[in-house]
Amino acid sequence: MHGRWRVGLALAMALAVAACGREQTSGAGATGPIRVGHFASLTGDTATFGRSTDNGIRMKIEEVNARGGVLGRPLELVTEDDRSITEEARTTAQKLVQRDEVVALLGEVASSRSLAAAPEAQRARIPMISPASTNPRVTQVGDYVFRACFIDPFQGAVMAKFARETIGAKRVAILFDFKQDYSVGLADFFRKTFQSMGGEIVADERYTSGDIEFRAQLTKIRGTRPDAIFVPGYYTEAGLIAKQARELGITVPLLGGDGWDSTRTLEIGGSAVEGDFFSNHYAADSDSALVREFVEKYRAKYGEVPDAMAVLGYDAAGILVDALARAGTTDGPKLRDAIAATKDYPGVSGTISMDPQRNARKDAVVIEIKDGGFHYKQTVPAF
Amino acid sequence: MNGVAWGGIYALIALGYTMVYGVLKLINFAHGEVYMVGAMTGYYAAHWLGVAGAPSLTGLVLTLGASMIACALLAALIERVAYRPLRSAPRLAPLITAIGVSLLLQNLGQIVFGADPKFFPTLIESRNVFEMGGLSVSNVQLTVLGTALALMAGLELVVMRTRFGRAIRAVSFDAPAAALMGVPVDRVILGTFVVGAMLAAAAGVLVGLTNPKIEPLMGVLPGLKAFVAAVLGGIGNIPGAMVGGILLGVIETLVSGYLSSTYRDAIAFVLLIVILLYRPTGLFGVSQTEKV
Amino acid sequence: MSRSGWITVAACALVLLALDVLLPRVLNPYYATIVIRIGIAVIAAVSLQLVNGFTGQFSIGHAGFMAVGAYVSAAFSVYVGAGWLEAFAAVLPGPLARVAYYPMALAAGGVAAAVAGLVVGIPALRLRGDYLAIATLGFAEVIRIAILNVDAVGGARGFSVAAADHPGADLRFEGFGTVYAVALVTIVVISRLVYSSGGLSFRAVREDEVAAASIGVPATRVKVEAFVVASFFAGVAGALFAHSEGYVHTNSFAFLRSFELVVFVVLGGLGSITGAVLAAAVLTAAPELLRGLGEWRMVLYSLLLIVTMLVRPQGLLGTRELGFDWLRRRLG
Repeated sequence: MHGRWRVGLALAMALAVAACGREQTSGAGATGPIRVGHFASLTGDTATFGRSTDNGIRMKIEEVNARGGVLGRPLELVTEDDRSITEEARTTAQKLVQRDEVVALLGEVASSRSLAAAPEAQRARIPMISPASTNPRVTQVGDYVFRACFIDPFQGAVMAKFARETIGAKRVAILFDFKQDYSVGLADFFRKTFQSMGGEIVADERYTSGDIEFRAQLTKIRGTRPDAIFVPGYYTEAGLIAKQARELGITVPLLGGDGWDSTRTLEIGGSAVEGDFFSNHYAADSDSALVREFVEKYRAKYGEVPDAMAVLGYDAAGILVDALARAGTTDGPKLRDAIAATKDYPGVSGTISMDPQRNARKDAVVIEIKDGGFHYKQTVPAF
Repeated sequence: MNGVAWGGIYALIALGYTMVYGVLKLINFAHGEVYMVGAMTGYYAAHWLGVAGAPSLTGLVLTLGASMIACALLAALIERVAYRPLRSAPRLAPLITAIGVSLLLQNLGQIVFGADPKFFPTLIESRNVFEMGGLSVSNVQLTVLGTALALMAGLELVVMRTRFGRAIRAVSFDAPAAALMGVPVDRVILGTFVVGAMLAAAAGVLVGLTNPKIEPLMGVLPGLKAFVAAVLGGIGNIPGAMVGGILLGVIETLVSGYLSSTYRDAIAFVLLIVILLYRPTGLFGVSQTEKV
Repeated sequence: MSRSGWITVAACALVLLALDVLLPRVLNPYYATIVIRIGIAVIAAVSLQLVNGFTGQFSIGHAGFMAVGAYVSAAFSVYVGAGWLEAFAAVLPGPLARVAYYPMALAAGGVAAAVAGLVVGIPALRLRGDYLAIATLGFAEVIRIAILNVDAVGGARGFSVAAADHPGADLRFEGFGTVYAVALVTIVVISRLVYSSGGLSFRAVREDEVAAASIGVPATRVKVEAFVVASFFAGVAGALFAHSEGYVHTNSFAFLRSFELVVFVVLGGLGSITGAVLAAAVLTAAPELLRGLGEWRMVLYSLLLIVTMLVRPQGLLGTRELGFDWLRRRLG
């Protein structure tokens, strides 16, 4: 009986909620600030990455605003947290596009979350630049999706080249994280390139992100007597793997990818990571004036040495600002064309050009861990 | 060997699950977060007490003590606020508040402690005390196992030899009857939570020793696995939880070592299912006769 | 079905069609996504209510069946369905071709999940109480990890619901009509199942399995039946999820999702279909609506959960239903 009007009430409430959604957000007019959206994992499993990219992006935006903004208008950064959850990356992207009416999206670090969100950017014709999703498929979603980093194949190949040519390894063992597409991708391309260069993969072991116990796999690897071990995972596991490898008497160098780039690698790994190498987007001790200036400013602002995610966030925002200035408008399709035409943009992570697949084309550096710090070893040019 | 150390840690957490289940028939899903808070307070305590820089046994004992006290207080608070008001509610209501508390601690943890992982100070200098073939044993592993075993022995003493222990057993056997016999049921339940939390706190600190990465979400998976261990041993059964925990740790390590870590989690669960199908109430569980 | 029953069905269909056409015009895609997620959550929650609320079993692995439905239907669409959709589109106008195709994708997901439910249910349902809970949780994790190891559906990389060899076939659907029609069907089927004389057996098993068996209710069969039906609808929910998101990743079906579904069911009121609907709707929308709070939003969300449970230990609606008498009179 009264159940019926309760249903009515519920419906009315639902409609009211829906109606609230129609409230118009202002601010994206021709004179107000230009809104830029950033969706990132500020909490959850990969909070470190989201926070670093956000720091980098924020710094760039503030710099641009201090110089008077772009197109005569200041920039406004709107950051939304996706809690490191795949579906939430999509809703945050939608929220930024629809409610905040941002002119472009920056994000995500994790490829799976970029893949979930990218179709929304494509559909709304709002350019999206992922700072650090290295999976090749991300930019294949559509012509509005870009990235500010190189892709997994390149990085895997870089380390294979480095292993074969610089340290002269013949036999390499791989220990990768089979649950991270990033790690799987690097391992795949490392394997291919290394074998094509006449090397031999003597062991192919797996672990899972979140593991803290690797002694069993390492014991097996030790039996195959490799010249080096490729560990294309993230810093926490990499640090623990190095520690446990040394405990087991493995002395050959470990090789890694940009997932190692964190002071945490040193904290966890301690003396165990000495003499190891990893590929990266930039080297903090590089003698480039751009890098030095960036590192100093970042340290002054946030009190820590920027990791690669911060650099890539900074460069992603930089590419966007550069394109805004060249496009002369915030209009989606024109802005897209301007980003696609990016050529020799002087980023902190190298000189960046967009290739026809919308991937950033730039050099990689190899970092050596020595005396408890990261040191520039060599540059491997784009190929 | 490492599996045994891990098993000891699982067992410590599993004991908290099983004891609370014994007295309340409640799966305390917030228990994994208590373990996380244990590790976190251990981290802060070690720094405040100034024992983080200089590895020493006193440092370890102090850190353990501090974090156990902190978690005891936390558990008492949780019990009073989230579980006690629901004592006479339907059985699943406290389960939802447990999930709520677990989410709350995870999210508050990310704000209070920061979402970034922290690195537990070295309280013991690691070195190998024993090596033979592929088997090596470090002093850290021995400390973890030793502490875990000592705590379990202590618990066994408390439960079997003290008045409080007798009260716990009475309440888990038949709470209304125990109340009629003059056992202060509420206080016993509170005490059970506190003891369980102290064991979880100890587990948190011990994990910090072997695997120094600690973060606000670290409790989720070990919490779940410890629950699995408790069921494996027959939930509500204290020796069962100890055996279940150690068994799970050993099996996991063996599986990831000799088969593939790809299937490590899966095989732990498959094994669990197989055991449950053959022994529907766990390894040490007593099957209750149905009253018609 | 009576004449008024048919009228009700027709009216529902019309309302849904109107919503399907109208809502995308009034709601921006952000809210549209939330509304669709609510619909999917409702389907999953109501199906779990059949097992946990009405049959009195305790499953905390429902997300596993959603995963089966999502992945099987997505794989079906990508590897088989895209070709069919193209063939349909050759003879039918676009929207009609999709209307003809989508039920097949949903059915593929539902049937696969039902089969999984049968395979899991027969051995697992011999277990009681919390042992059953942990077994279902175990099965769900095993299912998820198994999917993670299948390269054909992307493994750790996730799986995009798009067929590279049939670029013309748009496999994504985001129509409100579809989702809410399925939600309505789920609610009607399950309520008719439990609120019929035959459905008494579910509640008999919940109240006292032994007593139910003694009066001739085949307890095991009833439990397995509930489990299979629930798995079917969970699979359909998963299929809808896959096709509306356009990208699936096993992370979406981890045990946290299963817990979330249990929360919907208990918070709504065990044994109340409308309660599950209400809780699923509110709790699915809450994290997005609370976005203004920044990092505190999930803290508030969990507090909301705790406080609601403390205030209403029997769940929002207890075992009552809202507005069902009316619906039943019409459809009965």
